[in-house]
Amino acid sequence: MKKYLAFFRMRFIHGLQYRAAAWAGIMTQFAWGFMEILMFQAFYRADPTSFPMDQQALSSYIWLQQAFLTLFASWQWEGELFESITSGNVAYELCRPVSIYNMWFARSMARRMSRAVLRCFPILIVAVFLPAPYGLGLPKDVIAAVGFVTAMVLGLLLVCAFSMVIYMGTFYTISSAGLRMVASNVSDFLCGSIIPLPFFPDAAQTVLKILPFASMNNAPLRIYGGDIAGNDVFFTIGLQVMWMVIFVVVGKWMEQDIKKKIVVQGG
Amino acid sequence: MGKGIKLYWKHVQIHLHSMMQYKVSFFMTAVGQFLTSFSVFLGMFFMFQRFHMVDNYTYGQCLLCYAVTLAAFTMAEVFFRGFDTFASCIANGEFDRMMLRPKGLIFQVICKKVELTKVGRLLQAVVIFCYAIPNCGVEWNGMKIMGLIFMLIGGTVVFSSLFIVHAAICFFTLEGLEIVNIFTYGGQEFGKYPYGIYGKRVLAICTYLIPYALFQYYPFLYLIGHRTEIWYLFLPLVSCIFVIPCLLLWRFGVRHYKSTGS
Repeated sequence: MKKYLAFFRMRFIHGLQYRAAAWAGIMTQFAWGFMEILMFQAFYRADPTSFPMDQQALSSYIWLQQAFLTLFASWQWEGELFESITSGNVAYELCRPVSIYNMWFARSMARRMSRAVLRCFPILIVAVFLPAPYGLGLPKDVIAAVGFVTAMVLGLLLVCAFSMVIYMGTFYTISSAGLRMVASNVSDFLCGSIIPLPFFPDAAQTVLKILPFASMNNAPLRIYGGDIAGNDVFFTIGLQVMWMVIFVVVGKWMEQDIKKKIVVQGG
Repeated sequence: MGKGIKLYWKHVQIHLHSMMQYKVSFFMTAVGQFLTSFSVFLGMFFMFQRFHMVDNYTYGQCLLCYAVTLAAFTMAEVFFRGFDTFASCIANGEFDRMMLRPKGLIFQVICKKVELTKVGRLLQAVVIFCYAIPNCGVEWNGMKIMGLIFMLIGGTVVFSSLFIVHAAICFFTLEGLEIVNIFTYGGQEFGKYPYGIYGKRVLAICTYLIPYALFQYYPFLYLIGHRTEIWYLFLPLVSCIFVIPCLLLWRFGVRHYKSTGS
């Protein structure tokens, strides 16, 4: 465990070095957040009764989404890992007395967290001071606040576990472009980063709600705004735990399977 | 001019040929392009299932806007992609080599890359046009069809100009500034709806600062009959003027250029 923590710390500090990139990211996320809010406002004006979310909850959703984009975005792949699998350099990593799954898991998490830490605060601080209902509101009660933090941690673990399955899948296919592309498009859409899940047709929502993608950024962001409240909070968190365990088990199983079968062709 | 086109065509063939060496990869990337913009489309579809209208524009009308922006942006990306990846050109000294050649610099950058994988997205724009053109409630006539073509040309020029700005900034910073992406990718992303729905202030920016609205929103208003002044149809041609300050910035950059020495 200690070695993975050390590895995590190393990658985390590494990630903190890219400050100029972070500023550019912050500006972009701001512009994006504003435009998204204006866009949803236009739909609100068109038909307020059909609006499936509280306006304030939606604004909070958008700002949190922008602030923590790098934490949850499924397309934040690490090119180096794919490359090492394709080029065969992964053999060096396999020689080490560490589990490649745990090491990469720590690495993905460190990368996502370091990027988010650099970006989130300016966005959150400005968003809090924007006039209601366009800014970032505060969570309604203690359950929302605690639920948000819990769901966020679980969501991050799930996203990492999900991307681990994709990394492991690359061992089987070598050329991962297709797999990666389908995975990020599908999860991006179904996790609610194009439009939040409440805006999907009602029939689709009943199914989407229980898919693993809904347990990613959808869960914490909607618990925060009070869109998911009461007993649903516990249900949602339970679901997150379930999916996380499933993805970790699948990923670990793939790791074992790969170790038995892998052939490194020179290089 | 004729010679230039011939030379450009030669480059296109070379790019095509080299891409066809990796057919599967080409195909996959094209499919990926399609999927990405398809999920944006699905998002719009679901929004209209729920709301039916936005600011008095129907689903078909918004799709027309989306198709115009998507097609214009994609065309700019296909032909001007060299500017988008220009930072590497300065970093690896490629630009020094270009300056020694007896052809225009802009021409050479254009030739450097022809991004044919974007056909996936272009195909999507065509499909959406096929749906939107008969379903947007516009009574088409020769004039309006010409207006639509102007919109596409204006949009391509505006997005291409933004790519040139992106490259010109590299002369000063040595690496691409991601901020410009707000205007390129952001302009495309939020151009899926008429630029007018974002409020007066955004519309002013989209009219006077970067003329997205000139090639999309105003002529669109004429097409759907919200405006009757015919000159609205010619505004996309005005938006092409945007290329002039962008080229001046590029020139200024070239004059300012110091080799990185590698």
